Amino acid sequence: MKRVYVNEQWCLGCRLCEYHCAFANSKESDMVKALKDKKIHPNIRVESKGNINFAVSCRHCEDPLCVRGCITGALQRVNGLITVDKDRCVHCYTCIVCCPYGAISPSEDGAIQKCELCIKNNNGIPACVKGCINQAIVYEER
Amino acid sequence: MNYIYPEYEVVRNYARCITCRACENQCSNMVHCYVECESRMESKDDNCVNCHRCVTICPTRALKIVKSTHTFRENANWTGKTINEIYKQAQSGGVLLSSMGNPENYPIYFDKILINASQVTNPSIDPLREPMETRVFLGCKSHKITRDGGGKIIPKTTPQLDLSVPIMFSAMSYGSISYNAHESLAKASEQLGIYYNTGEGGLHEDFYKYSKNTIVQVASGRFGVHKDYLNTAAAIEIKMGQGAKPGIGGHLPGTKIVGAVSRTRMIPEGSDAISPAPHHDIYSIEDLRQLVYSLKEATDYKKPVIVKIAAVHNITSIASGIARSGADIIAIDGFRGGTGAAPTKIRDNVGIPIELALASVDKRLRDEGIRDSVSLVVGGSIRSSSDVVKAIALGADCVYIGSAALIAMGCHLCRSCQSGKCNWGIATQAPELVKRLNPAIAHQRLVNLVIAWEHEIKEMMGGMGINSIESLKGNRLMLRGIGLNEKELSILGIYHAGE
Repeated sequence: MKRVYVNEQWCLGCRLCEYHCAFANSKESDMVKALKDKKIHPNIRVESKGNINFAVSCRHCEDPLCVRGCITGALQRVNGLITVDKDRCVHCYTCIVCCPYGAISPSEDGAIQKCELCIKNNNGIPACVKGCINQAIVYEER
Repeated sequence: MNYIYPEYEVVRNYARCITCRACENQCSNMVHCYVECESRMESKDDNCVNCHRCVTICPTRALKIVKSTHTFRENANWTGKTINEIYKQAQSGGVLLSSMGNPENYPIYFDKILINASQVTNPSIDPLREPMETRVFLGCKSHKITRDGGGKIIPKTTPQLDLSVPIMFSAMSYGSISYNAHESLAKASEQLGIYYNTGEGGLHEDFYKYSKNTIVQVASGRFGVHKDYLNTAAAIEIKMGQGAKPGIGGHLPGTKIVGAVSRTRMIPEGSDAISPAPHHDIYSIEDLRQLVYSLKEATDYKKPVIVKIAAVHNITSIASGIARSGADIIAIDGFRGGTGAAPTKIRDNVGIPIELALASVDKRLRDEGIRDSVSLVVGGSIRSSSDVVKAIALGADCVYIGSAALIAMGCHLCRSCQSGKCNWGIATQAPELVKRLNPAIAHQRLVNLVIAWEHEIKEMMGGMGINSIESLKGNRLMLRGIGLNEKELSILGIYHAGE
């Protein structure tokens, strides 16, 4: 299955992926309208220390701890992709505690949110990959 | 007190700025900063070098850079530029430094030459339907054909460089440009079937795998020169001069001589890499001949030797001497040629245009019957495929592109290479900046550029009814001058348009 991978060697820590992610999931057609004066809640986050930068998003694990921990079945593994059914989420955040990568977070409405490879917002290739200025984030089979 | 008013102003469209802070994150000159209490971005124009990094990456196109309208009282003699230079020198007491090629308003002869096309009496050729040859060989050509007893030709040729297109990447040292820039050039050369040039900084151990597309340079500082370096290369270039700074040497500051750069140059970390102005063992053509043959001896006469010189006033006699020194290829660098750092006054006032140097050298070598002993490679601001066609019609065998290659990789010609803070990861050794140039992207951009030029060269050749680059070489009848005086036309060896 194609996944989003980050090459630390090329990640510049510019955080543009975070903004492209937030825009892609905003349902707006203009980035300014979507993000101006707003606090963003992206599904990919750049972690930086010194000169080392690394964007982190859901790994879509083979044996996902978040799905195992989910008490309502809101998180499902469908053809390798781990998806969220927000209507079934009861905001218990067990998944957030379970995820070893910190790739799941609460959204503004309280339900959890995570990277779904831009499948639901019809972007084709994930917005973080498309927006990465140094091809540090790639979408490929490994 | 600082007398200098910032040259550029950063204009931010606050209606579009989403304060993502990417501009702040990516500016090595610390132009942008986030004002926490006001939740908005601010810019410090003083620091801006107009490299467009922030403008290019801004996801909402909220930024642009404009030239400051701040002005001195108008004066045709004392321009603002001249006054500011005096302020700078009165402040620092130092030599003014600049980077990249001569930007001053001298004639660009390539722009005053027009190319011919076929009409009616000879057919033009469609390169998409018919074969079109752009392959060239560089090196000394055999003067006569020798045959064995059975009449078969004895293919005893001197070593040649074999190029798919008459374009090579000119010498830019590892040190003046980054590891990733070198890797991009090397990879692109391999893919294109052309050559890149190490410059005088030696060849990084990782790049020996690209050796069949590598020209190694031996310059006055002899940095990084050893037996394996010479023997791994496809050709060896002796650098006598550089178009941007004829007559002077080079100086890579100790701050850039770190880690791999120091190892590759074979000098201690932190020591300044000073290339002397002359080669201290070359004071005549005879001395040059000794070095040419020393290098040939060291490489078993298997590699062509290039001698690179800057285009200066006596270029024809110098080139004639070099052709007799045993060199296989002469590379001439015009006064527009780029540099990682040169004294401004030298860059802007020394040397001559490559078009004139090329035309007169080609004529002189032909007049003396030694044109076939050497190939001619010209550089010093070849900006487009039409410049390549014009250079070849004026007599060049091949061109060197340096600035154009850097621009393809992302250089925005801000001409601040000497600061070592290149925001595009090209002219810098700072690891956090170098990683901004991903060779996977940059090498593809180089390949695209050369392929695009190749298409255009073929179109222009086809238009002239020429199907082989060899038939274009020195074919000055394909050129006409426009707006040139008699003297210029006679040096270029072309007619005026309408003649």
